[in-house]
Amino acid sequence: MTQIQELVERALAASTADGCVVVASENTQTNLRWAGNSLTTNGQMSSRSFTVVSTFDGPDGTSAGVVTRAVSTEDELDALVRASEQAGRDAGPAEDAAPLVENYAHNDDWAADPARTDVEVFRAFAPALGAEFDRWRKADQLLFGYAEHAVTSTFVATSTGLRRRFDQPDGMVQLNGKSSDFARSAYASVHTNDFADVDAAALAAEVEQRLRWAETRLDLPAGRYETIMPPSTVADLMIYAYWTASARDAEEGRNVFAGPSGQSRIGDELSALPLRLYSDPTYPGLECAPFEIATESGGGLQSVFDNGLATSATDWIRDGRLTDLIRTRAWAKRSGAEPRPGIGNLILSGEGGGFSQQEMIADTERGLLLTCLWYIREVDPQTLLLTGLTRDGVYLIEDGEVAGAVNNFRFNESPIGLLGRVTEVGRTELTLSREWGDYFTRTAMPTLRVPDFNMSTVSQAS
Amino acid sequence: MPEIDAAFLSYPARELAGVALDRATELGAEHADFRLERIRVANLNLRDAQLESSTDSEDIGLAVRVVHDGAWGFASGIARTADAARALAEQAVATAKVSRVLSSDPVVLAPEPVHADVTWISSYEINPFDVPEAERIGRLTELSERLLAADGVDHVDASLMQVLENKFYADTAGTMTTQQRVRVHPTFTAVNVDRAAGAFSSMRSLALPAGRGWEYLVGTGWDFDAELAELPGLLLEHVKAPSVEAGRYDLVIDPTNLWLTIHESIGHATELDRALGYEAAYAGTSFATLDRLGSLQYGSPVMNVTGDRTVEHGLATIGYDDEGVAAQQFDLIKDGVLVGYQLNRQMAHAHGSALGTTRSNGCALADSPGHIPLQRMANVSLQPDPGGPSTEELISRVERGIYVVGDRSWSIDMQRFNFQFTGQQFHRIENGKLVGQVRDVAYQATTTDFWGSMEAVGGPQTYVLGGAFNCGKGQPGQVAAVSHGCPSALFRGVNVLNTKTEGGAQ
Repeated sequence: MTQIQELVERALAASTADGCVVVASENTQTNLRWAGNSLTTNGQMSSRSFTVVSTFDGPDGTSAGVVTRAVSTEDELDALVRASEQAGRDAGPAEDAAPLVENYAHNDDWAADPARTDVEVFRAFAPALGAEFDRWRKADQLLFGYAEHAVTSTFVATSTGLRRRFDQPDGMVQLNGKSSDFARSAYASVHTNDFADVDAAALAAEVEQRLRWAETRLDLPAGRYETIMPPSTVADLMIYAYWTASARDAEEGRNVFAGPSGQSRIGDELSALPLRLYSDPTYPGLECAPFEIATESGGGLQSVFDNGLATSATDWIRDGRLTDLIRTRAWAKRSGAEPRPGIGNLILSGEGGGFSQQEMIADTERGLLLTCLWYIREVDPQTLLLTGLTRDGVYLIEDGEVAGAVNNFRFNESPIGLLGRVTEVGRTELTLSREWGDYFTRTAMPTLRVPDFNMSTVSQAS
Repeated sequence: MPEIDAAFLSYPARELAGVALDRATELGAEHADFRLERIRVANLNLRDAQLESSTDSEDIGLAVRVVHDGAWGFASGIARTADAARALAEQAVATAKVSRVLSSDPVVLAPEPVHADVTWISSYEINPFDVPEAERIGRLTELSERLLAADGVDHVDASLMQVLENKFYADTAGTMTTQQRVRVHPTFTAVNVDRAAGAFSSMRSLALPAGRGWEYLVGTGWDFDAELAELPGLLLEHVKAPSVEAGRYDLVIDPTNLWLTIHESIGHATELDRALGYEAAYAGTSFATLDRLGSLQYGSPVMNVTGDRTVEHGLATIGYDDEGVAAQQFDLIKDGVLVGYQLNRQMAHAHGSALGTTRSNGCALADSPGHIPLQRMANVSLQPDPGGPSTEELISRVERGIYVVGDRSWSIDMQRFNFQFTGQQFHRIENGKLVGQVRDVAYQATTTDFWGSMEAVGGPQTYVLGGAFNCGKGQPGQVAAVSHGCPSALFRGVNVLNTKTEGGAQ
């Protein structure tokens, strides 16, 4: 196959549109999946995707044709450029039209080969996992889970001369342990860029400890409980709030961030605690593209016209106050504000270092400790009420210690409502959302203490 | 009659399959299969009758799956050359060797009849990819503008997703299939904003995705013009409706809502891979375990549920599955009792004695050339009562209840016990009559309690085929489209929550 950068240049050269943006990516990934102490599936995949945006200026505005293909030959690339141009001519004015991003200084190594991965990335992890299968089989307990490593090299090029590229590694291990009768279940996960930092034995030990906690089983009714939310569960809820943070929706009165008379709630206090919710493409361990990559427009959250726009650390909430919302350049111009492109990581932190989760447990007289949340869906967009379930371990804390595992619950809670009720913020650490970890992998979150988490009904699931 | 897309037929599928399958056999594979797939997806999004985005994407690639020394191996790539096909076969065998070390029970596939060189095309009239973009945008704009002009409608979101899927499959037993499917999913949502009250409300068209072509947008299978004319009035009534009082209610659930409850509480729960624990760490397991086959009382005696991949316009409908098994219809629940599961060839062989069959029922599916086939959902449908009542008759049997219409929010636990659903419209029933909408309703139940409370199902005249494009399962994640048919049905004493009082502080 032809080198991806050559194809990008060929696409730009072949374009007869008024403006052209090419977003090309090469993805390799490898995975292992296991159930009941045995590998079930595995795979190695490679793919290449080209999106060509062709823009045409007309009397009523600028139109855009956006076509994406899995291109492997020059002929296919030429056909893609033509298809994009045809779509652009057919489309009529795009409401998110903006001038293409001009070239600017940066340090990307455009010419370097795309970064790749293969099954070799598991060379230390796979045997360590195999050893755990043996150990768990002997203990009459079961391991389930999944390990994945993916590398995507993305190239953004514009007819205005910009050439940017970013190599994004992304990996994870999810480990679920169960008793042989499936009555007890525990879970641990880790996000990793290269698997060098993954310790299968340590993850398995954590799962094992939690299964031991569950040897004492207690039943609790639905109700409101003081609850220790570990970082992964906080990520579940904050990611959803972030995906909802469209300035346009807010100013049109259509989301939880809407204020009175055409304004958003920017400036409002969401929490009395000095919480900071932000994104930073340079955050250690969570590095992500420092420029906009958009293969489609939508929701006021992203625009294909903004491809290549540089991003930098952005506060969404600072000192407990809503400070900004995501805004395309087109909407920024219409609303007289600064553009705020979305960024591929999300961090929540409190003041100073914060206590560890263990310290927060020790400081709890009676409360629940969660492991994961699951099947989270929006119930009421007005308040951003979400529903979902607890999963793989809800533990009762009494007098600073775990007293046993309790039944699962269905919750109904709003992340925005919760921010206003949090009473303690722990230490921020890298974590992986269980619910959204397939789509949004780079998060750092603290453990939170909520005095009255709404466990709406009981779930019999174990 | 539609034909298989000429561009797809121009790919050298047979030659590549021959190279890959020969190489896998040479390397000692007991079984090998090859897929060449192309999936075209186009999305249109309009916001307030203005084009927000139009995208057209295509994924094409090759996949080779082998059983080698009793272990699975899988590899996929995008280059369509003989060398690439051969290399994929080698990679698949190599991964099988790696996984052999970590696997316990050897993989054996249930034998199935060979289908040599067969072709199948789904039932549609107009390939939406043959309709010029300007015409498609024009239709969505026209309908959006009409909605936007109506009293009480401040914003309108419209979207159309259309898919053209082509699959070529060949295996070492000699089955060879070439198939084509088309599906469309149009949505229209009207939004009311009350700035003074700091409130907003929305209501979506009840039209559900269908295995149809462009004709669905212009009058075949759904009347958008008529439905969207009524939507603003229903939205305004919803905006002004009182908030529901939480408690137990009798529910008459319309098929436009009930299909999703079937999907979550029956469709996923009767997937054998879930019941066996293969999905335990991700999508979850099922309370309907294999030891309860033939004895589990799933619901009331009026409950009869089938799986099928044959119904016309069904989203999971196909000629042959991704293991070369012919599509069929089968029973899952009979007179309220669990009697079957959705199967693939590996599970059918491994659990033949418990299942009482050693044949697959054709539920293997990969969502793309880059993914390995999983056991995926057939069209799982609740059967109507042949001489059963109309929706109005069901409503007439209720003293105090709610008629639930249209799906919205959905969530169910990882063993398929506890679910909570909302909807688009909630019409209060008093003494057998509809007396106006209420709002902020969610209904919540445990699966077997809920289906056990089903007193009556409507007749065939109430039957609607609903469904979704976005059913997720597996790791790496796969997305599949599936339909669910059902009649209206009457449930007694279901827990109803008020979603306003559920939120916020104590």
